[in-house]
Amino acid sequence: MITAGFNDPVLDSQRCFRAVLDAMSRPGRIHRLPALPEAPAPLNPAAAAVLLTLVDADTPVWLDQPEAADWLRFHAGCPVAAEPGAVPFALAAGAMPALASLCQGSEEEPHLAATLLVQVAALRAGQGWRLAGPGIEHEHRLEVVGLPADFLAQWAANQARFPRGVDLVLCAGDQLACLPRSVQITEG
Amino acid sequence: MYVAVKGGERAIGNAHAWLDETRRGDPALPELSVQQVEQQLGLAVDRVMAEGSCHDRGLAALAVKQAKGDLIEAAFLLRAYRTTLARFGTSEPVETGAMRIQRRISATYKDLPGGQVLGPTFDYTHRLLDFALAAEREAVPPAAEAEADPTPMPRVTELLAREGLMRREPADTTEPPDLTREPMRFPTSRAGWLQALARGDEGFLLGLGYSTQRGYGNSHPFAGEIRMGEVTVEFTPPELGFAIELGEITVTECQMVNQFAGSKSEPPQFTRGYGLVFGHGERKAMAMALVDRGLRAEELGEPAEAPAQSQEFVLYHCDNVEATGFVEHLKLPHYVDFQSELEKIRTLRKGGGA
Amino acid sequence: MGVLARATAGQIAARLEHAPALPPHRRLRGPEAGLVMVRGRQGGDGGPFNLGEMTVTRCSVRLEEGGLGHAYVAGRDLRQAELAALLDAALQLPALRGALMAAVVEPLAAMQAAAVATLARKAAATKVEFFTMANMRS
Repeated sequence: MITAGFNDPVLDSQRCFRAVLDAMSRPGRIHRLPALPEAPAPLNPAAAAVLLTLVDADTPVWLDQPEAADWLRFHAGCPVAAEPGAVPFALAAGAMPALASLCQGSEEEPHLAATLLVQVAALRAGQGWRLAGPGIEHEHRLEVVGLPADFLAQWAANQARFPRGVDLVLCAGDQLACLPRSVQITEG
Repeated sequence: MYVAVKGGERAIGNAHAWLDETRRGDPALPELSVQQVEQQLGLAVDRVMAEGSCHDRGLAALAVKQAKGDLIEAAFLLRAYRTTLARFGTSEPVETGAMRIQRRISATYKDLPGGQVLGPTFDYTHRLLDFALAAEREAVPPAAEAEADPTPMPRVTELLAREGLMRREPADTTEPPDLTREPMRFPTSRAGWLQALARGDEGFLLGLGYSTQRGYGNSHPFAGEIRMGEVTVEFTPPELGFAIELGEITVTECQMVNQFAGSKSEPPQFTRGYGLVFGHGERKAMAMALVDRGLRAEELGEPAEAPAQSQEFVLYHCDNVEATGFVEHLKLPHYVDFQSELEKIRTLRKGGGA
Repeated sequence: MGVLARATAGQIAARLEHAPALPPHRRLRGPEAGLVMVRGRQGGDGGPFNLGEMTVTRCSVRLEEGGLGHAYVAGRDLRQAELAALLDAALQLPALRGALMAAVVEPLAAMQAAAVATLARKAAATKVEFFTMANMRS
């Protein structure tokens, strides 16, 4: 049975868009989403809200688990792709796909790279990684529970491809934090 | 080059207030309602829907009122509004063969199945100003009714095609291009130009169509059939997986019948030019059909030398919203460009006088 | 569904006064106005082309007791779309279907058929009866 989307599709998605924009501008800072849909399994509420906010009929989405595909198609009207390699948005509810397997954009059109939403177990501020780069004045600390063991190696490779490379949205419960491709991460 | 200028806000605000006042006109007279525009200026509403490329009588009527009757401005308003709406999807192709006919005439066959149905037409009126309309009128009596004829009304082109005298349309099942999503690239397909013509300016297409008749394009057209009436629009929502009816829209269709000398692989036969527009837009549908046939010259192996046979000429210039944008941009401040021209002329004259 | 798509919200509401009460529902999506690209056929019977868009309003509801209803209707009337979606859901309940068909759908369908017939009769009155040599003699 399909559950409801945003209570107010226009205003709620605008509020969430502002949250995603702020989170992308200030990498690693944790934001609580102001409006949440009735997320169907396996989506967590934040990931569901970000998808409803960002995807539409012009943006195919890849989901690592197909259970929420009908819900997403119903509310966002987006095509759901079978392969992750060419989509502008991908969501990993389970294991994160290799960053290198996603669309990286091109030198001429780096904005055509994928944005990957990863559902993680927890986000904690003030401890863990040290983040630096555009949008961070000195240093920002972020701990992420639930990423693959080789994540930092993958991230370094992703950064080396700049201006190509994917951007990450980490979602836990009703919270999110973003890792744009420009951010540098070192072990805490 | 344009220069950002500050300081016009007050003047602009006052200009818009004055526009509003002149739109309202004499306050002693009752204000025109959108419903009145929709009901009583129906052909203006239809034209705005066609050129605004958005079928919604209420919105088009509002646009006509807001634009003070400037139909191109109204089409612009409607185009701008449609960009605020999400697209749910694409309808099944409307079946004009199953149209509920209000009007259906043929200039090629007198006696055709279903007959000639005049419908609510200006044809055969004497074009004398009717001063009765300027006076208070009694209620208009309803139009006469007669027993409806259940005979199906096949298209004239179909009658000819059954005899092998009309070239069949190629069964093209490729996904048609959509110029609202992807800018047009040349050469475009027939599906591409039909979309552009359907939303093209009636006046421009009328002039081009006329040019094909006057010898610029060597076309010898007959109005094979013109039909106007309601077609059902069907749409398949992804969550249902089967087609449902969204409702009815009024459209006008014109099939022009033209000679075709034949080619190595095809015998001499007739070909068609096609026009289809939202609402009751007969002149537009006919002009569109003439221009469509003109643009098919290359496909049919005919010389393409006239303006109406040139894709780029026709399609780059038929959109009145685009054309308005570029013509009217000349109103924007060009102070710096002009200053440089001025200096060039002065320099040249100094040089000439020396 | 086509009948409800062609009716106004006022017409549907008026018929609902004579019908059993509709079950409580929740909005699942919409009602929201949007567009559908209308297609025609090249030459009337050839391949498809994009003719232009039309406004369409859609709504999906879920009955409290279970069951989904969907509606897509031409135009921008949010109330019409919601009533149509609610009726779509309610018409799937065997206990309500008969009464709702009789009280709402069938009378609206009859009204629409009458309007169509009137237009067809007016069109028929403008049909040309030619006097040719053949039929003038007879």
